[in-house]
Amino acid sequence: MTAVLGETWVLARRELTHWRQQPAGVIVNWLFTVMIALMFGGLFGGAIGEDYFDYLMPGMFALTMFFGVEATMTAVSTDAAKGVTDRFRSLPIHSASVVLGRCLADLMNSAVGLVVLVGAAAALGWRWQEGLGRALAAFGLLLLLRFALLWVGIFLGLVVKGPESVTMVQILVWPVGFLSGVFVDPATMPSWLGTIAQWNPLSATAAASRDLFGNPGLIPDHAMLLAALWPLLLTAIFLPLSVHRHRRLGS
Amino acid sequence: MAEPAISADGIRKTYRGAQTPALNGFDLEVPGGMVYGLLGPNGAGKTTAVRILATLMRLDAGRAVVAGHDVSTEAARVRQRIGLVGQYAAVDEILSGRQNLVLFGRLNHLGQARAVSRADELLERFGLAEAGGKPVAKYSGGMRRRLDLAASLIVSPEVLFVDEPTTGLDPQGRQEVWSALRELVAGGTTILLTTQYLEEADQLAHRIAMLWHGRVVSEGTPDELKATIGGDWIDLAFADADQARQALPTVAAHADGEPRTEEHRISVPVRQRTRALIAISTALAADGVEPVEVNLRRPTLDEVFLDLHRKQGDKQEVAA
Ligand SMILES: Nc1ncnc2c1ncn2[C@@H]1O[C@H](COP(=O)(O)OP(=O)(O)O)[C@@H](O)[C@H]1O
Ligand SMILES: [Mg+2]
Repeated sequence: MTAVLGETWVLARRELTHWRQQPAGVIVNWLFTVMIALMFGGLFGGAIGEDYFDYLMPGMFALTMFFGVEATMTAVSTDAAKGVTDRFRSLPIHSASVVLGRCLADLMNSAVGLVVLVGAAAALGWRWQEGLGRALAAFGLLLLLRFALLWVGIFLGLVVKGPESVTMVQILVWPVGFLSGVFVDPATMPSWLGTIAQWNPLSATAAASRDLFGNPGLIPDHAMLLAALWPLLLTAIFLPLSVHRHRRLGS
Repeated sequence: MAEPAISADGIRKTYRGAQTPALNGFDLEVPGGMVYGLLGPNGAGKTTAVRILATLMRLDAGRAVVAGHDVSTEAARVRQRIGLVGQYAAVDEILSGRQNLVLFGRLNHLGQARAVSRADELLERFGLAEAGGKPVAKYSGGMRRRLDLAASLIVSPEVLFVDEPTTGLDPQGRQEVWSALRELVAGGTTILLTTQYLEEADQLAHRIAMLWHGRVVSEGTPDELKATIGGDWIDLAFADADQARQALPTVAAHADGEPRTEEHRISVPVRQRTRALIAISTALAADGVEPVEVNLRRPTLDEVFLDLHRKQGDKQEVAA
């Protein structure tokens, strides 16, 4: 057990070394969502209303978690393609360590991304209104979503064949992001789109965060429950699939 | 007699969805403390064999024992005793050479200080001390390969698998990797080296097994192998392609196999070198088409495999 923890930490720290080696890449990544937030807040804020920025930010936090899928997938497929995964598998380490190391590294990455975005939002006047306790609960739900999406990313990373498919997922990320309650309330969309957006896991987390932060926006029924259940469901599906895929590497 | 370092017995492996097996009754016995060459053309099954022996992949049937442990039932024990240098340099390109070695040292359960000092030792030994701080993305092919080798030697393995270490390298890189491998051999590690190049196996291996369609078809020392397959070749060069065409029937009549022609050159396999050489020269002199150059030599790997291919084809035709 302690061996697994030690190995996990060594592998997660590899990611920190990546940040040090290529600081520009990670920083641009962290600032990317800040840019999106500024762009949409600025573009639509005028048309939609003064409190649009406060509405948008919790959605942007959820979107930041969602963008992590791409990072996880890229890292996993690169390691597999470069043979690094095989080298890990030929070492006398526990196979769980490799996956847990990935988890820890990606959660750290997303947490920093979240802190950067929250900092930027706060600098522009966004606030949580209902106390630190409820704000922390919101951050917890956001990281829970990220945790669930880790398994989606690991699964996709093991399934895709090389960098071309990564590009495809990078493109698909956008419609999924737009078809949700991140940017606008699904109730304002044409009904069939609205229904899809309503059921998007991102919408649940965005709505529950708005509720917990006390930010504007209609909070649908059971938002909190859905924000907890969706990630658990995704994890229940994709964790076993990832493990299965990992096993299949050897067959 | 000492137990072999690697023994494989009737291994079969068919990839999911593949029509033909990648390994089809693969047998191998590698004594300890030597470089053993697994020689075969692209697609013969070399990588598959290495991945199975290194516990990265399950076998469908058969049995393999590496460093005294069964790869199917004692994979973890095997992993403690082996090193693997895969066909593609498996190092983190963003990290520096030193950071890679420290990472793999930590994952071999060395403490931080020990991992760092071991990394420096290995960088020195493989001529990478100067480049140690640079990201691997900036390394040449030969440097990556050497780093890859170094990463496999952090804790001295009993058995080292090296899969096609020089495929895709330029001559300079190939020389660098060869000298690194030679140094390892001097250290007494058992090495299973796969290659597509007869020259490479000849240079580095004490014994060679030839792999063909997932099965070992021939085994022995490099000299034995070359002697048993096809005997010698005579290369003849003529003044021009016309003369070569004229000479061909006469040369073919005295050859022990299909002649190969290329512009003004003819190559033929012969069983008895001296007798064939005299017979061909005399006959050509009588015809009045004399070669401008004559050479007697051992077969190249290409010729060996072409020969095998023909025999294999003959067998299949007989079966059909
Ligand atoms: N992942 C795979 N899926 C299906 N077939 C494969 C896979 N890897 C290799 N093969 C096939 O198995 C055979 C042996 O391949 P390999 O072991 O890579 O040969 P070598 O290393 O000698 O070039 C080839 O016919 C190859 O096409
Ligand atoms: Mg190969």
